[in-house]
Amino acid sequence: MTNTLAPMPALSRDRSLRQTVNVYGKEAKYEFLKLLRFPMYSVSTILFPLMFYVLFGLVFGRQQIGGMSQSTYLIASYGTFGVMGASLFGTAAGLAAERGLGWMQVKRASPMPPFAYFAAKFAISMAFSAIVVLLLMLLAVSFGGVTFSVLEAAKLLATLIAGSIPFCALGLVIGYFAGPNSAPATINLIYLPMSFLSGLWIPYMFLPKLMQKFALVLPPYHLSQLALSVVGAGRHEANWGHWQVLIAFTLICLGFAYWGFLRDEGKIYG
Amino acid sequence: MMATQTEVRTTAKPPAGAVVARLAKVTKNYGPVTALREVDFAVHAGEVVALLGPNGAGKTTVVRSLLGLCRPASGNISVFGGDPNQAAIRMRIGAMLQVARVPETLKVWEHIDLFSSYYLHPLPLAETLAAAGLTALKNRKFGDLSGGQKQRVLFALAICGNPDLLFLDEPTAGLDVEARRSVWSEIRKLVQQGKTILLTTHYLEEADALADRIVVINRGSVIAEGTSAEIKARTSGKRIRCVSRLTAEQVLALPGVTSAKQDREALDVHTLRPEAVIRELLARDLQLSGLEVTSAGLEDAFLALTREDNAQKSTSEVIR
Repeated sequence: MTNTLAPMPALSRDRSLRQTVNVYGKEAKYEFLKLLRFPMYSVSTILFPLMFYVLFGLVFGRQQIGGMSQSTYLIASYGTFGVMGASLFGTAAGLAAERGLGWMQVKRASPMPPFAYFAAKFAISMAFSAIVVLLLMLLAVSFGGVTFSVLEAAKLLATLIAGSIPFCALGLVIGYFAGPNSAPATINLIYLPMSFLSGLWIPYMFLPKLMQKFALVLPPYHLSQLALSVVGAGRHEANWGHWQVLIAFTLICLGFAYWGFLRDEGKIYG
Repeated sequence: MMATQTEVRTTAKPPAGAVVARLAKVTKNYGPVTALREVDFAVHAGEVVALLGPNGAGKTTVVRSLLGLCRPASGNISVFGGDPNQAAIRMRIGAMLQVARVPETLKVWEHIDLFSSYYLHPLPLAETLAAAGLTALKNRKFGDLSGGQKQRVLFALAICGNPDLLFLDEPTAGLDVEARRSVWSEIRKLVQQGKTILLTTHYLEEADALADRIVVINRGSVIAEGTSAEIKARTSGKRIRCVSRLTAEQVLALPGVTSAKQDREALDVHTLRPEAVIRELLARDLQLSGLEVTSAGLEDAFLALTREDNAQKSTSEVIR
């Protein structure tokens, strides 16, 4: 038995920038196609917020909330609701299933850069968030008599897409700590009550006092207030405060997700 | 589609190539269960090694260790002289693992396209598809494939990066005979291209048909290692079948009998000294009929080896 090692081939062994961009691009492209072709995700995350908006924002749209039409007000809160759904389901459900059922191991055994996997999940959740928000705005402008300036529309879209990040981070945590089959139920258990308590279904000012206080610790409340301030509604608090809460929440979630990542590798590695 | 079976068998060559992958005294526990116990073996460039053992023997843990997907409690693992977690080393490895669910909404060619992008010098897509017999299925969604076709996609993902070293964890699990043979012929083609292959299997005939060297593993320990001829020689016994009034217990008590059991109407006896045993059987039962003597196949050798090992283990009261 010889101890000499097989010589490395004389081929290059580092990815060029172009190849790196290619890996990240393909990872994201196929993540998008994977979810788009999965109706349980694509249809439900896009359709539910739109359906709610048609019902409450358009059918009852002539009513006033805080000095503005319900159609305008609800675009911010259902926008937040839609972004949450796209982000939580986009990251958590796939991650939990891929971790729990062996696909992650196949990917980890390949030379895939691990960061590409997570980057793709974030990017595609943000893409679906953008689709939901754009469709909501289209509905609002076409049928709700809502008018946006281009700047307002761009600001609303940008705010809500950025607001997808904290929920992607939360999704990673759920993905790492929920089982492959229980993840969707776990997501709903967090998603639906949190939406309600943050004033996404019933506007904040109509919530009971106690719930109003509780809403202040929930990230969707802060994102919805940021979105509302773009359309000139909401409680007109300093936006920076809302961003701070969302950033802190994101960092905490990423910390837990990283712990889950290490624990997972430990399970495989330990 | 996959080529028809080509019976090109390389004669068992000694492991002369350089060591490309090595486990040195690797022990791995899952909680109280010892999955690997001081496992030592090496894979040499250009050879096909079959890791043979029953379910739960530790075969998959060996593969995972060599892929850096699990860190052993003690011992050393090296692949191409380094840690398999290094990207540069992963670039030279392809792996086919057992997986419960693969994203089903992506098409065959899309899965391959993505995995090819991870490697620096992948095979052209058409070549990978052809090698795995998937050309006609390239636009099918993974979820619409049959079990055998799914295995072939996983095989394609292992070879698409044109790696030097391949780990195939039960590549033919769940395949019918025909599909299994076509995977074999693909594996043989890889061998002809000079690839190094470690495959795990509990199909004994698969190890016999493909491997230059067989490593038999049971309960986390290597219990035998050698060419398939050598493994058979270790228990170079014969099987005797006959219809007799003698009971299995009586036959087992005869000198030279390693096992005896009643199989339907006949006795099934395994022995290292067939002449002496047959003489004894004929002397004790004048009505004995239906005598058949065959050489023990790898299956018998394997069973004998693992039984021997299990017997030792249970006497020394090792907890699984």
